[in-house]
Amino acid sequence: MADFYFHLPALLRFVLQGTAVILVLFPLAAACSMAERKISAWMQNRPGPNRTIAPFLAWIPGMGVLKRLGLFQLAADGGKFTFKEDPVPGHVNKFYFILAPIISMIPALTTVAVVPFGAYVTVIEGQQVLMPIMLAQVDVGLLAVFAVSSLGVYSIILAGWASNSKYPFLGSVRASAQLISYELSMTLSVLPVFLWINAPGGAGTLSLLEVVQMQSGVGLQWDSVWFVFTMPVSAFVFLVALFAETNRQPFDMPESEADLVGGFHTEYGAFKWSLFFVAEYCHMIVGSGVFVLLFLGGWNPLPGLPLHLLADWMHIMDKPLLMGLLGIGIFLGKVAAFIFFFMWVRWTLPRFRYDQVMAIGWKKLLPLAIANLIFYALAIAWIETKA
Amino acid sequence: MPDLLFNLFAVFTVACALGVVFNRNAIASALCLLLCLVGVAGLFALLDAMLLAFVLVFVYAGAVVALFLFIIMLLDAQGGTRRAFGKLAVAAGALAAGLLATGVILLSGSLGPAGSVPLPPPDPSLLNLGETAELLFTLYLLPVEVVGFLLLIAMLGVIVLSKRFAGLEDIK
Repeated sequence: MADFYFHLPALLRFVLQGTAVILVLFPLAAACSMAERKISAWMQNRPGPNRTIAPFLAWIPGMGVLKRLGLFQLAADGGKFTFKEDPVPGHVNKFYFILAPIISMIPALTTVAVVPFGAYVTVIEGQQVLMPIMLAQVDVGLLAVFAVSSLGVYSIILAGWASNSKYPFLGSVRASAQLISYELSMTLSVLPVFLWINAPGGAGTLSLLEVVQMQSGVGLQWDSVWFVFTMPVSAFVFLVALFAETNRQPFDMPESEADLVGGFHTEYGAFKWSLFFVAEYCHMIVGSGVFVLLFLGGWNPLPGLPLHLLADWMHIMDKPLLMGLLGIGIFLGKVAAFIFFFMWVRWTLPRFRYDQVMAIGWKKLLPLAIANLIFYALAIAWIETKA
Repeated sequence: MPDLLFNLFAVFTVACALGVVFNRNAIASALCLLLCLVGVAGLFALLDAMLLAFVLVFVYAGAVVALFLFIIMLLDAQGGTRRAFGKLAVAAGALAAGLLATGVILLSGSLGPAGSVPLPPPDPSLLNLGETAELLFTLYLLPVEVVGFLLLIAMLGVIVLSKRFAGLEDIK
């Protein structure tokens, strides 16, 4: 099986790998929408969706549990989005109106290519080497994530403009200002991490794999523990900027249904609307993944307990498949916990006003990020010269 | 394979660049510019200049064109009613283009086909991030500082020009 796979032409293998990742990411994003409804219901002390079931399944005993969990609602929603009539209002700019939701999917599904989501040990020339599980290993790792995900703003701008009506347009203008404002703080907040992992004289890298390697210390040593403990301010600024970049509450200015009806997607319905929706959840999943890699130790199960130690205890060091699955499982578990945090915040905090969003971005977060960067640059220089 | 990709990206980039010039709709022009930048980034990536490719996408495609769109939408820029070029300008332009084309054809004809000369393999040290950073802080420090200073002046200029100051009191 494995031999057959590795003898396929390289291009076909890349296509298969990419398709496999998208086939996991896409349903995960759909499942997030379901989780959002169930979690919001749980927080507001109501049952949430619990009545949908296909008639022929209802006869099987024991299906009631799944029905009350709302699992069939997911399929019903998907079917509805796919088969409902997809109206195009008469006043829109048709070409760009249809283009916008398609464009929204491109950055959402592309960023995942450079995010490592697990690791396994392989033996190269008698040495054990930790190999990452990822689609494309590029030296500029995080920069590629930032670059591609920054293209996500165009689908929102285009959707609002092509809709040719007042509220979507306001939403898209807000989106373009907001996303650019928070990109600055986001980029500045991760610089201390890369200052720390790039020792002077080294080749220099922005690879996310190296970041996880630096957090894989055995036992609680201060210099190899998860970065959320040693760089809490960076993590906080990155977190806030991540909320703003993914348009999640309390920063969902482009949508803001209280004052803009539905924001940039007011005129959209059915399948095109669901594409925006899935793209937003994909951004959330990839963003959470990047946060987990940068600050929460990636695929390492606990601070001070790296993956290879756990794999050693379970005697699966020489089985790359099992170790890879273990790493992916731990990573996805952390991402799921982080997505729960996203939803928790959404259903707890009220939305900011637009002027507050701008004030937070430019007057609070940006100075904080710059001060944090200067502090860590000085501290790291002091540590390096002392050592 | 790289040749095929190069041709693909080159044609794509030039087509989008033409789209920027010939589109009547300012928004469509800006979107063509975006695609053009992505094409150039693809060409950089083919040259193994990953850093340059992604910085181009991040800064220009991700932020600068978004600002272009923002301004176009905010000002609601419509095409003017005046014809852009008069008959004389079109004739002069055609003449100039014709002369240029003849010059190029004659010159390339006299020199003979150059053929595709393979480039020497790039210095591997120039491809890594640390070396690039070191060059920016040593050899190219002055240009970087000068450009940074120019951008700062431009930014201050925008603030001064766009805000109307009645007197010294407003500046405080």
